[in-house]
Amino acid sequence: SNSQLFKREDTSDTMLGFLRKPVVVTAEINMNLVALTVMGLISRLWGLSYPRAVVFDEVYYGQFVSLYMKRIFFVDDSGPPFGHMLLALGGYLGGFDGNFLWNRIGAEYSMNVPVWSLRLLPALAGALCVPLAYQILVELQFSHCAALGAALLILLENSLITQSRFMLLESVLIFFILLAVLSYLKFYNLQRHSYFSGSWWFWLLLTGVACSCAVGVKYMGLFTYMLLLAIAGLHFWHMIGDQNLSNVSLMCHFLARGLALIIIPVAMYLSFFYVHLTLLYRSGPHDQIMTSAFQASLEGGLARITQGQPLEVAYGSQITLRNVLGKPMQCWLHSHTNTYPIRYENGRGSSHQQQVTCYPFKDVNNWWIVKDPGMQQLVVSNPPRPVRHGHIVQLVHGITTRYLNTHDVAAPLSPHSQEVSCYIDYNISMPAQNLWRVEIVNRESDTDVWKTILSEVRFVHVNTSAVLKLSGASLPEWGYRQLEVVGEKLSKGYHQSMVWNVEEHRYGKSQEQKEREVELHSPTQMDISKNLSFMAKFTELQWKILTLKNEDTEHKYSSSALDWITMDTNIAYWLHPTSGAQIHLLGNVVTWASANIAALVYTCLSLWYLIRRRRKIYDVPEDAWQLWVSAGGICVGGWAVNYLPFFLMEKTLFLYHYLPAVTFQILLIPIVLQHLSDHLCRSLLLKSMFSALIVAWFSSVYFVYCTFRPVTYGEPSLSVTELKDLRWKDSWNILIRKQ
Amino acid sequence: CLFVFPSWDETHFGKMGSYYINRTFFFDVHPPLGKMLIGLAGYLSGYDGTFPFQKPGDRYEQHNYMGMRGFCAFLGSCLVPFAYLTVLELSKSLPAALLTACILIFDTGCITLSQYILLDPILMFFLMGAVLSMVKSNSCADRPFSASWWLWLSLTGVNLAGATGVKFVGLFVVLLVGLNTIYDLWDLLGNLSLSLVSVRNFSLSLYASFQSQLIGNNLHNVSVPEHLAYGSVVTMKNLRMAGGYLHSHWHLYPEGIGARQQQVTAYLHKDSNNLWIIKKHDSDTAPSSPVEFVRHGDIIRLEHKETSRNLHSHQHEAPLTRKHFQVTGYGINGTGDSNDFWRIEVVGRKTGKLIKVLRSQVRLTHVATGCILGSSGKTLPKWGWEQVEVTCTPYLKETPNSLWNFEDHINPKLPNISLDVLKPSFAEILLESHMVMIRGNSGLKPKDNEVTSKPWHWPINYQGLRFSGVNETDYRVYLLGNPVIWWLNLVTIGLYLLITISTAVALKRGVQLTSELKELSRVVLRGGGQITLGWLLHYLPFFMMGRVLYFHHYFPAMLFSSMLTGITWDTLLKFCAAFLSPSTIARKVYGGGFLALVLLIMYSFYLFHPLSYGMIGPMASDPSSPMAGLRWMDSWEF
Repeated sequence: SNSQLFKREDTSDTMLGFLRKPVVVTAEINMNLVALTVMGLISRLWGLSYPRAVVFDEVYYGQFVSLYMKRIFFVDDSGPPFGHMLLALGGYLGGFDGNFLWNRIGAEYSMNVPVWSLRLLPALAGALCVPLAYQILVELQFSHCAALGAALLILLENSLITQSRFMLLESVLIFFILLAVLSYLKFYNLQRHSYFSGSWWFWLLLTGVACSCAVGVKYMGLFTYMLLLAIAGLHFWHMIGDQNLSNVSLMCHFLARGLALIIIPVAMYLSFFYVHLTLLYRSGPHDQIMTSAFQASLEGGLARITQGQPLEVAYGSQITLRNVLGKPMQCWLHSHTNTYPIRYENGRGSSHQQQVTCYPFKDVNNWWIVKDPGMQQLVVSNPPRPVRHGHIVQLVHGITTRYLNTHDVAAPLSPHSQEVSCYIDYNISMPAQNLWRVEIVNRESDTDVWKTILSEVRFVHVNTSAVLKLSGASLPEWGYRQLEVVGEKLSKGYHQSMVWNVEEHRYGKSQEQKEREVELHSPTQMDISKNLSFMAKFTELQWKILTLKNEDTEHKYSSSALDWITMDTNIAYWLHPTSGAQIHLLGNVVTWASANIAALVYTCLSLWYLIRRRRKIYDVPEDAWQLWVSAGGICVGGWAVNYLPFFLMEKTLFLYHYLPAVTFQILLIPIVLQHLSDHLCRSLLLKSMFSALIVAWFSSVYFVYCTFRPVTYGEPSLSVTELKDLRWKDSWNILIRKQ
Repeated sequence: CLFVFPSWDETHFGKMGSYYINRTFFFDVHPPLGKMLIGLAGYLSGYDGTFPFQKPGDRYEQHNYMGMRGFCAFLGSCLVPFAYLTVLELSKSLPAALLTACILIFDTGCITLSQYILLDPILMFFLMGAVLSMVKSNSCADRPFSASWWLWLSLTGVNLAGATGVKFVGLFVVLLVGLNTIYDLWDLLGNLSLSLVSVRNFSLSLYASFQSQLIGNNLHNVSVPEHLAYGSVVTMKNLRMAGGYLHSHWHLYPEGIGARQQQVTAYLHKDSNNLWIIKKHDSDTAPSSPVEFVRHGDIIRLEHKETSRNLHSHQHEAPLTRKHFQVTGYGINGTGDSNDFWRIEVVGRKTGKLIKVLRSQVRLTHVATGCILGSSGKTLPKWGWEQVEVTCTPYLKETPNSLWNFEDHINPKLPNISLDVLKPSFAEILLESHMVMIRGNSGLKPKDNEVTSKPWHWPINYQGLRFSGVNETDYRVYLLGNPVIWWLNLVTIGLYLLITISTAVALKRGVQLTSELKELSRVVLRGGGQITLGWLLHYLPFFMMGRVLYFHHYFPAMLFSSMLTGITWDTLLKFCAAFLSPSTIARKVYGGGFLALVLLIMYSFYLFHPLSYGMIGPMASDPSSPMAGLRWMDSWEF
């Protein structure tokens, strides 16, 4: 209590202090940092709205920005929505109305597109990478000179400049990655003297936030996140060994880290999706990928049709059945008056009965009537008798009034499965087999009622226990290229291709066929609305993003991961329609080569030191060794985790995928240089010679930057000979206009 | 033995044993040692190599197959003592070793897999042998260069060579031993009393020598004309690693895939359908006319020798790579259209130069569309006989995919030169033949209606493999692990993780342990760690494999998992006993725990033994079947 008293006195003393002395604000401004930031801003923002045309992948991201502006729902399998939202924020701030047709690289922007503000955020992020690089090296406890070197190398890196100046996501990703690394380092350095202080918490939380932002921009961010988690784990492991810490405080440390590095990122990641789903409430081009329930939650589209449908399917209901798989495209169970050909091309015979297919468009022939096998009527009785799990039904095709049937005849394209047809009685001792058992897959109890949209249903054929399934193959000309539907005999486990749900639904009222046809043609209308919870929507959307596979495409400028180290490839981003002005993604050759050498030197030196240390020979002092290891862990580790996984990936790869890795590699250059000069250049003469070499090398970096500036910024326009001179490597594709 | 007919993959490997006995050359995705051993066993036991091994269910009749089966079964039963010795060495605890042995004896899966002519018992024999000798040589580390040290070290090498020589999965155990050796060396390095660091060799050369016997390369001692001329008959090989020969055959592209013309593919093996005739684009070469060489930049036509169709391309999309153009065989008796014209160019050469066999890297540009003939490396579906797709790529990038060289060259009008100069080095041949095997391996894509499974199915024993017999009346064998054992193994892995983490944290926190507990924690961390690493190395890589996977791929990992179970339960019970140590219950808990586990395993074996020794009667889904109550998971099909 004594000390508490003392403290109170102390506070009252300081509270009154401002009366005695004038208020003085002292601010320390690191002019290096300010200068670097300004230079970064100039290099990235200069002439930002030039060229006023769609550059490379802007054509891809632009369409999403437009959809955000119009609040139309979309699914993009390239990554989570945070990056797209940031780009859209630029559009929003610039007052973009979303009206632009993003169809061609090089298309001139119309006047309503705020090019400058659309490109502003990536450019700002790119510019801020320069001071971040400086700060990271300072926090790694290298000299200001080394830090300055790192920042200047990033500043003069042509590929980073190009990538920052357009509406692309890599610069934003790199910004968040670097921010996460920097905040972790700040946090770790604070750890030694003032833990649980305000700034300790700030940097710890910022690490988590920056990590989740990086992951939210592109899934590539996960690699750096994992690296930081591993480093944090390692540091914590060392803390466990610290006998001065009590078990309780260890636990507090552990919980704080868990909260900031795991729980907050997950929560942030969810919130990105929350905002995404809140912003996009209108139905749009990608609706069909999603389940009916999801579609029904969007304004317009399916919601308009399904609004007010009766929930429970009853005997006599008129329904359309959608296959849940949605691959190769969404489709509905369909039939039409055409029959299967008597003999297929390969000589196999068919039943010659009416075709049953899956049809990818809305059509009146998609309507089916649920019939009770024991009764003749095709209308819903009053009160309706709902169909439950396990009930046996017949499905009657609305327009042709034929029954859905399957029998032991090989299906047209999948001979291992049974043919599904609408039964025609040819009087050839082939009896109708049209009883189906309804099995609700996502039922909660065995007496569940079959519900519109919500229930996922399997139809099990009573005679043969075959399951109604979409085979995925498309029929030849005689089947109008519609998708094949079969009865799968060997149904093992759950597969979405065997599951169907009711999409449109109404209670049938007309007993007569003619009236019924009129009824089927008229649009459905009734009202109840379905609202999915956020978590259900999130899970579905996330799953679709991860599993949606675009066709394996090849691109003129795609490259393999091995080409990147040596920069054997480039990407042409834009070409002026008339002059020779053009923009390429092309790195600074000297920087890339030096970065490779630095990584190599680092690895060899480390191995050498490690082996020597194991033999108890210490070449460098202990604290320098610690610095060397932690710097390598971040920079070489960052390079490795952002680069090596690409060798396992099967997607189309581009040079820009390498940029995060190369950023880490560039940070390594000054680290290695400083180490060499501090510890290996023993004499003063050697040191000064080394410094002279560094100056010469740095001027060559600047020289290369200047040489390639025209293709980085797209101006000035170069002549044919100048362009030919720029083709330093045969594998580079510099565009030369034919005269 | 009751099974007088081959079951499952026996048809495959038995056939190859026959090939060895009959000295027939064949190609297979696995390295040769395993099949050579099967052949040897058959030969020694008097099998004459005449049984056709056509399909499962053909009776062996009078053929003497027992030698081969007995050989595999013997190797399979060696696993038990090997595992026993390994665990004994690692944990120094008899009960742990007994528990492991008990698991392997009573696991229905291991029994089934060892009973037939398969590569797996041979592979697992070498694998366990390698692990055992590695562990033994580790324990000899304190007296290096002694006789036993040399013995175990060289046995490790021999077993590793054996394991990799049987199946590529053997590479994982090489990795395990390699990591262990690096760890050891690191230890030695820190030992300042040692002046000389001894480096071990792994007798990998043994493996290489097995390989070299098999490589029958056509190029050896062959002489061909050096320069290409019109009228020459040639084969063209794609330059990508393990690229195939340009190939065509009478079959057409199926309906709906480009134009319905003759297929052109790349085929990995020698075949008379790989032969093409070089012709001038506008005229045929008369047999009597003087020799005219093909020059860089010429426009040529390639006629397929067997079918007399021209190599043709047009603006239809290729079957798999949608952005490329389709390549077909077109025309009748060599008469086609202008889409059959190709410009031949040599990389890095000037116009007018001659084109050399083997040495020139050639690019074929389609004259009409400007695209380049290439092989995408993707495997065509069944209609294309699972050969490799050939396309015409509009992306003018210089990759090995779009470069070809001429390998065979037949032209009676030209003088031959010897190609010994060009013969690739042994290392190159070894690399190439392995690339071909690995490609063939990863090209094993699931066919329709084939039993396949996913790696996550395996440890939970989700689904077995039907070995023989489908119908109720057949005598059926079903490859499925003893579920009690497998689930015990699965639980143990989680348990082991918990124990390891808590032990490691306790040690790091500097908790004072008795010497007994210290010894226990050393067993858990070092011994258990080695085994867990082995399990991970033999399991995780399957998640990244694109080829078709089967349940039996998990068995090497299962061996490690069983050893881990022995070690973990031993430690766990010892920990419990130490906790209760002063009281008399301690020993009882320990002994009782073991007894319960062993009895449980034996009882479950009694329940499930029909799986491997054969069952007859109705399927288990039928309540009247003797196995009715045992179908614990819906996915089991016995």
